[in-house]
Amino acid sequence: MAASDFPQFPVRMSIVSVPAHLPVVRSAVERLCELMGFAEEDRGGIVLSVDEALTNVIKHAYHGDDDKPIEIVLRPTESAGQAALSIEVRDWGDVAEPAQIRSRDLEDVRPGGLGVHIMSSCMDEVTYTPAPDAGTVLTMLKRLNQRNG
Amino acid sequence: MTDDSSPIQSVKWVGSDRAAVVVEAGGDIDLHQSARFQQALLALLDERPKKIVVDLSGVAYMDSSGVASLVKLLARVRRNQISLILAGLTDRVRSVFEITRLDTVFQIVATQQEALEA
Repeated sequence: MAASDFPQFPVRMSIVSVPAHLPVVRSAVERLCELMGFAEEDRGGIVLSVDEALTNVIKHAYHGDDDKPIEIVLRPTESAGQAALSIEVRDWGDVAEPAQIRSRDLEDVRPGGLGVHIMSSCMDEVTYTPAPDAGTVLTMLKRLNQRNG
Repeated sequence: MTDDSSPIQSVKWVGSDRAAVVVEAGGDIDLHQSARFQQALLALLDERPKKIVVDLSGVAYMDSSGVASLVKLLARVRRNQISLILAGLTDRVRSVFEITRLDTVFQIVATQQEALEA
């Protein structure tokens, strides 16, 4: 199937905030990216970005609670005339202050805080939107570049 | 493997004086496994090795949680003048270090043997 012919229907996953579920989500994202025609390097970056987004939700929005809802929507779409994958990660937890979700200075070598940098490095667009009722919707977009597929 | 669910597959002490230790890790090192990974690595410091080699050739996936465990170990070994070398990174694991620019902070070599000879 040509990359641009991939059906533009969303794939939805609902999980609870259990770290043991992360490999399941990563496998689904990897397979969808493969079917859409993303190159190996981009697939790795997309999978990593989704993992980092979920990790941030579990650690910061839900403070490690393992029974809270997270919804993930993988949406094959088009952007700027190119096939693309849009990914939404929705939580109902605490909303981070803008200063907390900025990418940190990499010269400061210390554990933690790398997830936002990874997402902004690997994805074409990363947007945080406070949800109307509670929590946050993180939307990430990756275009299928010419070198892919 | 010391534990079916542990990311640490083996710990081998090298030399009659046990100056070096080689840790072979495996599986996925993410939020689910990183605490266990970090705990096992930091426990090695109690044995006072001169060199720690972390062989990551069996690690299929690592995220920033796993990287953070290694950064914490790096901070501790620097304070104690212990050498830390990472070996056998797969392309995907190496890319995480490159994205975070930590590939310039850690000593990274191709193989466990190369790490022991360094």
